[in-house]
Amino acid sequence: MSDEKLLTLSSSPHIRDGSSIPGVMHTVVMALLPGAAMGIYLFGLPALLTIIIAIASSVALEAWMQWIMGRRITVYDGSAILTGLLLAMNLPSSAPWWLTIIGSMVAIIVGKHLYGGLGQNIFNPALVARVFLLISWPVQMTSFPAPSALLAKGVDAVATATPLSAIKMELMSHKTNIDITQLPQPSTFDLLLGAHGGSLGEVSIIALLIGGLYLLYKRIITWHIPVSFIGTALAFSAIMWFVDPAKYANPVFHIMTGGLILGAFFMATDYVTSPVTSKGMLIFGVGCGFLTILIRLFGGYPEGVSFAILLMNLATPLIDKLVTPSKFGEVKGNG
Amino acid sequence: MHLIKGKGFRGGVHPPDWKELSNAKAVVTLPAPEQVIIPLSQHIGAPAESLMKVGDAVKKGQKIGEAKGFVSVPVHASISGKVTAVASFPHPAGKSLPAIQIESDGLDEWSEDVKENPSYKNLSPEDIKSIIQSAGIVGMGGAAFPTHVKLSPPANKKIDTLIINGAECEPYLTADHRLMLEEPDRVIEGASIIARTLSITNILIGVEDNKPDAIKAVSDAARSYEGVKVVSLKVMYPQGGEKQLIKAVSGKEVPSGGLPMDVGVVVQNVATAAAVYDAVRFGRPLIERIVTVTGSGVNNPGNFRVRTGTSSLKLIEAAGGLKNEIGKVISGGPMMGMTQYTLDIPVTKGMSGLLFLPQDEVENYASEACIRCGRCVVVCPMGLLPNMLGIYAELDRFEQAEKANLMDCIECGSCSYVCPSKRPLVHLIRYAKADVMARRKKAA
Repeated sequence: MSDEKLLTLSSSPHIRDGSSIPGVMHTVVMALLPGAAMGIYLFGLPALLTIIIAIASSVALEAWMQWIMGRRITVYDGSAILTGLLLAMNLPSSAPWWLTIIGSMVAIIVGKHLYGGLGQNIFNPALVARVFLLISWPVQMTSFPAPSALLAKGVDAVATATPLSAIKMELMSHKTNIDITQLPQPSTFDLLLGAHGGSLGEVSIIALLIGGLYLLYKRIITWHIPVSFIGTALAFSAIMWFVDPAKYANPVFHIMTGGLILGAFFMATDYVTSPVTSKGMLIFGVGCGFLTILIRLFGGYPEGVSFAILLMNLATPLIDKLVTPSKFGEVKGNG
Repeated sequence: MHLIKGKGFRGGVHPPDWKELSNAKAVVTLPAPEQVIIPLSQHIGAPAESLMKVGDAVKKGQKIGEAKGFVSVPVHASISGKVTAVASFPHPAGKSLPAIQIESDGLDEWSEDVKENPSYKNLSPEDIKSIIQSAGIVGMGGAAFPTHVKLSPPANKKIDTLIINGAECEPYLTADHRLMLEEPDRVIEGASIIARTLSITNILIGVEDNKPDAIKAVSDAARSYEGVKVVSLKVMYPQGGEKQLIKAVSGKEVPSGGLPMDVGVVVQNVATAAAVYDAVRFGRPLIERIVTVTGSGVNNPGNFRVRTGTSSLKLIEAAGGLKNEIGKVISGGPMMGMTQYTLDIPVTKGMSGLLFLPQDEVENYASEACIRCGRCVVVCPMGLLPNMLGIYAELDRFEQAEKANLMDCIECGSCSYVCPSKRPLVHLIRYAKADVMARRKKAA
């Protein structure tokens, strides 16, 4: 019959579910867009420029690294776009262009390719870059312009404190009667929308939650890390708030400020640097939540999300070694 | 109540099932072909030994290959005629293997050894087992493990339940579905004969609930039998995997490295049960089966009752011929089936389906690095870490893979199915298994 035609021989299975690395990466980028859009709306053109510079430099650096290291060029897979966008969202909108590019260099070269490229890095590349920049250029990294949009009701575009740094400054002042409840803080409504100082992509809780729910809906992430991360932060900060509300902010405030929501849904859930099992993810999330609040309340920095996630990234290989799924048929003597 | 709900199992995937191509098509019995090629190996275990030489006359149902040892079964002529070759022919296993070619005399005459036994209900368990072996019966769900071996547990293993596998969880396949729907009595009577060899009455028939008509047919047929229950199972691949089925139907977990008999269970496929009925009551050896011929590569997908040894070309013809350029031919389903290198292979006892995929449905994947998304871990029905097994295999770290429970893998393909990096995980696992088995053999 048709002996001249060649049939494909391959190992089973012969069908696949259609998921792919670009599919995953582009879905996460999509999910970040509401948060990024709110950042641009609130902080204007500088925010947009920071995002463009971060993405463009990340993609260019990824292509260059793959080329000089003789690896297959997979720059189109969307992972460099995602790293660039996440980096931008972790920067103040006022970050100078060179700072953003240095951030991309640290993220892509040091954070990713020196470890072996996609899938091989221990730490979340965007967070490695953020922390590197924070330690190296603390002034530029902690000057946050106030949101200039209509939402901020006529506040000038001058440097402002973040809600968390305002608290840290109060605690570190040598006043005798410290009471953080007397500080002028944005309303819950403004926190939800993002009308306050902060990194350009971390401020709008509502936009980030929309993106996070989208990731859950698309089954790109599971509930384990966000829920255990936020739940632990909520519980820990609630306990401290009960102990002394004058020194420790209320738990809802903690959840809605800083990079907690961005971190819990988009950074801690990074596949490569978080555990593969559900049980492992729960441990990872609890660790992130606990360390975040520990650093915020008792550390030198007002914000602890980046450090917490990076520390738990470090613990991931150990978690994966110790927490394995229970094998089918391991329970003997049943029946 | 004869109908109960299954309990499910952990993990698994939901591939599109494509069963609508053929599940409404009644089984069509094809006429005896002019020629058959009967492979001597159609089962797991030692191949049968040819009893024939070129020129010998044979009748339908005559034994033409003798079982070699306990884990082996004989093969039988599926038509009457003359032996024209005893040689190697292409085999669905992927290479040429010894087989007996028979040219038909057009009479389709039964051998005189084949006679009905009116008092088959009084046979002893030992008699039934010997009939099952000499009828060449093997597991017809695909694995083709000799049935009599499964029915001969050592004395210290107490069997209390017979599970009949009607899950048919592989996408595309509908042969078992049609059998249950059209001939439920053969299945149930066969099951009760098998139960008798085990001296038990407790029979559970597991069927996925995407086949409500089959569930109803089998439940109705089971009404007059004491101890037979139909278990409706939630659709989830690999529901029909032996260990997953036992778990879903009875809640019992076969221990790692163990066999169903370790939890007091024997599992047989629905088509096997029907074949047992034919053998024990009518004295007919296993010389025909239902094959689903399907996929968008054929014009008229359907279910066909064909003689073993029939060329797949006959099945293609029966299914209205090929359309489009065929890229892949798969014996079995798309999750665990084997690709074929030629369109002309003989139907074997274990061939549940022939799937024809056109060129444009054959995707070539470039495999990427593992991004540790953990999806394979979630879907693995055996609770393994396929991501790690794949990496160990890639690095030839076979001992590490073995320690990570490599040998527990049932090769269901769920991990490869969901992997966004398109890693050939099952392929890598098979590669590592081959090494571990070779080393174990050497050490033994």
